[in-house]
Amino acid sequence: MQTLKRFGLFWVDFIVGDDWTLAFVVIAGLLATWGLSHTGFPGWVALPLVIMTALVTSVGRARRAAAKRRQTG
Amino acid sequence: MHVALLVLSTFAASMVEMVEALTIILAVGVTRGWRPVGLGTAGAVAGLGGLVVLLGPAVTRIPLNSLRLVVGGLLLVFGLQWLRKAILRAGGLKALHDEDAIYQEELQRLKAAGGGQGRVDWYGTTVAFKGVFLEGLEVVFIVLTFGATQGHLGAAGLAAVAALVVVAVLGLMVHRPLSQVPENSLKFVVGIMLTSFGLFWSAEGAGAHWPGNDLFILVLIAVTALVSSTTVAVLRNADASRVGTVG
Repeated sequence: MQTLKRFGLFWVDFIVGDDWTLAFVVIAGLLATWGLSHTGFPGWVALPLVIMTALVTSVGRARRAAAKRRQTG
Repeated sequence: MHVALLVLSTFAASMVEMVEALTIILAVGVTRGWRPVGLGTAGAVAGLGGLVVLLGPAVTRIPLNSLRLVVGGLLLVFGLQWLRKAILRAGGLKALHDEDAIYQEELQRLKAAGGGQGRVDWYGTTVAFKGVFLEGLEVVFIVLTFGATQGHLGAAGLAAVAALVVVAVLGLMVHRPLSQVPENSLKFVVGIMLTSFGLFWSAEGAGAHWPGNDLFILVLIAVTALVSSTTVAVLRNADASRVGTVG
């Protein structure tokens, strides 16, 4: 069981990496793309917009975390 | 054009990973001898080859739209991780990847480990195996996702083999870590390519139709590059040294 858990965690870390919110946003963005594409709206707009926003937000979070660590440490 | 971009991206990504594997192999070879390097590398290559043989035919049997949705989505998550790290490095919030420093650290660790007196140096073999397998796993992931979603598994595989040959020849020639390879810049470019291709395929798999069809990949690459470069510029302007670094 422990080996299976470690195996799973390895793959999560391998693909998802340091910020799981990016993976969450990818799933949400793809759902939005699917929804828009199947209701007649231009579905292609959603994913790049959501992903670029998430990337910049994630980097901003990392910057704030580094600043906070420097203040406390 | 699509195939040329795919081959170039796979080559660059594979080269970066193989340069990292070479650093570990050299450190093991210098401190523990070349036998554990041979054993560890052979084991890793066999394992990676097994993965390709097992997964390669399987992914090509999945219907194209489902494949693009799932594999494109995975590539997008994976690419975003690369790109995020590359932006943090370029913006001064994460230490740059320095093969010389990694090589020295690895040398110290391997020397301190002791052992290696038996017929098989398990420690050295394991370190070589892990180094080649883990770096190679990223190459396999990229080759399979790039090759399968675009239907050019052979071209992507050849690009990876070409990168292996280039790094192996350079490694044999210089016999030290390839710190001259602009690894951090390559990682930045590869991150942009993985993210752009991931965006393109996963959205197509979800039912979106890109304006201009395949040509839109160029727009995605340009937009991703612009957003990433702007983010780096903002980080640098904000005086990154003042805020310290992330892990």
